[in-house]
Amino acid sequence: MADTPADNTPAERVPTVVADGVDIVYRVNGTGAGRGSATAALNRILRRGKAEKAAGVRRVHAVKNVSFAAYRGEAIGLIGTNGSGKSTLLKAVAGLLPVENGRIYTDGQPSLLGVNAALMNDLTGERNVYLGGLAMGMSRAQIKERYQEIVDFSGINEKGDFITLPMRTYSSGMAARLRFSIAAAKDHDVLLVDEALATGDRSFQRRSEERIRELREHAGTVFLVSHSNKSIRDTCDRVLWLERGELRMDGPTEEVLKEYEKFTGGPAAKPKAAPKPAASKPAPPPAPKATAVA
Amino acid sequence: MSQVLDPPPPTTEAAPTPAPDHDLAALAARHGLSVSGARPSLPEYVRQLWARRHFIGAFSTAKLTAQYSQAKLGQVWQVMTPLLNAAVYYFIFGMLMNTSRGVEDFVPFLVTGVFVWTFTQSSIMAGTRAISGNLGLVRALHFPRAALPVSFCLQQLQQLMFSMGALVVILLAFGVPPGPSWVLAIPALVLQFVFNTGVAMVMARVGAKIPDMAQLMPFLLRTWMYASGVMFSIHHMTGPDSGLPSWIGPLLQVNPAVVYIDLMRFALIDSFGGGMLPDHVWALALGWALVAGIGGFIYFWKAEETYGRG
Repeated sequence: MADTPADNTPAERVPTVVADGVDIVYRVNGTGAGRGSATAALNRILRRGKAEKAAGVRRVHAVKNVSFAAYRGEAIGLIGTNGSGKSTLLKAVAGLLPVENGRIYTDGQPSLLGVNAALMNDLTGERNVYLGGLAMGMSRAQIKERYQEIVDFSGINEKGDFITLPMRTYSSGMAARLRFSIAAAKDHDVLLVDEALATGDRSFQRRSEERIRELREHAGTVFLVSHSNKSIRDTCDRVLWLERGELRMDGPTEEVLKEYEKFTGGPAAKPKAAPKPAASKPAPPPAPKATAVA
Repeated sequence: MSQVLDPPPPTTEAAPTPAPDHDLAALAARHGLSVSGARPSLPEYVRQLWARRHFIGAFSTAKLTAQYSQAKLGQVWQVMTPLLNAAVYYFIFGMLMNTSRGVEDFVPFLVTGVFVWTFTQSSIMAGTRAISGNLGLVRALHFPRAALPVSFCLQQLQQLMFSMGALVVILLAFGVPPGPSWVLAIPALVLQFVFNTGVAMVMARVGAKIPDMAQLMPFLLRTWMYASGVMFSIHHMTGPDSGLPSWIGPLLQVNPAVVYIDLMRFALIDSFGGGMLPDHVWALALGWALVAGIGGFIYFWKAEETYGRG
């Protein structure tokens, strides 16, 4: 089938992330009647334990029954239109969101690439390198060893000694570069990247793509969420396409992107063969196309 | 209401669930993968927390430094803030209301009380917001969440160290002689820190679930403060000639805030004799620290996997 090229060589490839029928549901307070008003809030408190609907809680089913297995050495792109559940799925893989049904198994601790939240604008770039590194679980010695590398990679000091200035004095591009450099300094077993490549100028983007490739060689598996088909093509060899929370396609980059581009290209592109009957059940797809994917 | 997004256009390209489920679970089991986002066991949690001790330290120091980094006077405010606080309380309670009746060395008595109380109060306040105010951090990075409340309490402890420096100056200025009993301030502070951290962890869990607690806590804490003899002597207020029932005094003095404040006064001010302390004061101080510290830690750990979600 589409996503299990490992079937031929089951003993060779080591899975690092296995998602088994994953559903993710968000519950949002303060919707429903009289949204956000004091009476609605009281009503919600009084009727706690009653039906969620009556209490004005809305459920948003963000990811539906997604299954896949990712293997060591793979770089996997996650694509899909806005709001299709890509980032949600990534957060669940990182263990930061609970799953409603199903299980996600991981080898080691997958980490989202990003230390933004741990950094403080009032501190110097230098102290932020240490703070960010410690927040990711590096030791002081490891950070000291990589410090120069991080600063050089970020290019912060290319235009003067900026690393000893507070981060609030940086331009947004400089700050984004430093954040990426700190985050990319650590080798991760499973690395999850959410649109991080879109930051910085062109030359920094090139360097960060290279760094992702390096990380990928060092470590197990890379997941990349991006809207740039180009960076997906450059970085990934396998792509998962999520649409409305469902895994729509899973296969080699080129094949999936071709279909995806057709899908997003609108009517200008070659109209899809798919008829649009009001089929409410996404029944197992017809065989001919599915085999074309595998 | 279960909101299902509009059903997607029928897919023709690939199966939504290509592999049979039991195969995936078996695959995961065969390679020893663990379930993502599960709560670690208590010993494992302690180990993880210990492994992050450098982060805890760096985070608290960074918060402390960042606090005044935009002020012209910078870190001078670390000492100025507690001094100004003490001055305000002295003006109101010492001069206007003249609460000092019957208390020797009233200014050192008051200032010690204010500083020690502020330590507990700000630790608990910071704990209440430790998770709910740092959701970005919690949702982005993996670390034992207890690192946050501990780190905030450590920040308050560092802040208190500046206050204690100011306090020594005040004590000497008001003619309180330094003595060997000053050493007792150290175990008192350690026990108070453990107590504060425990309560902060309890409040961190409550505050994570109910963010409204951050609005409510200032009122609870102020009530607690007035019951804790920060600005007056419980010993004098509830004495035999006060007209209050005799059980009120001992009851008020079991209050952990009173215990830690009075211990510090006993350690630093020589006119504050042992007779003014509650009975079994060290046992009480230790007991509160252990109950709050261990209980708070376990209570916080129990909800570890839920922080930052929903």
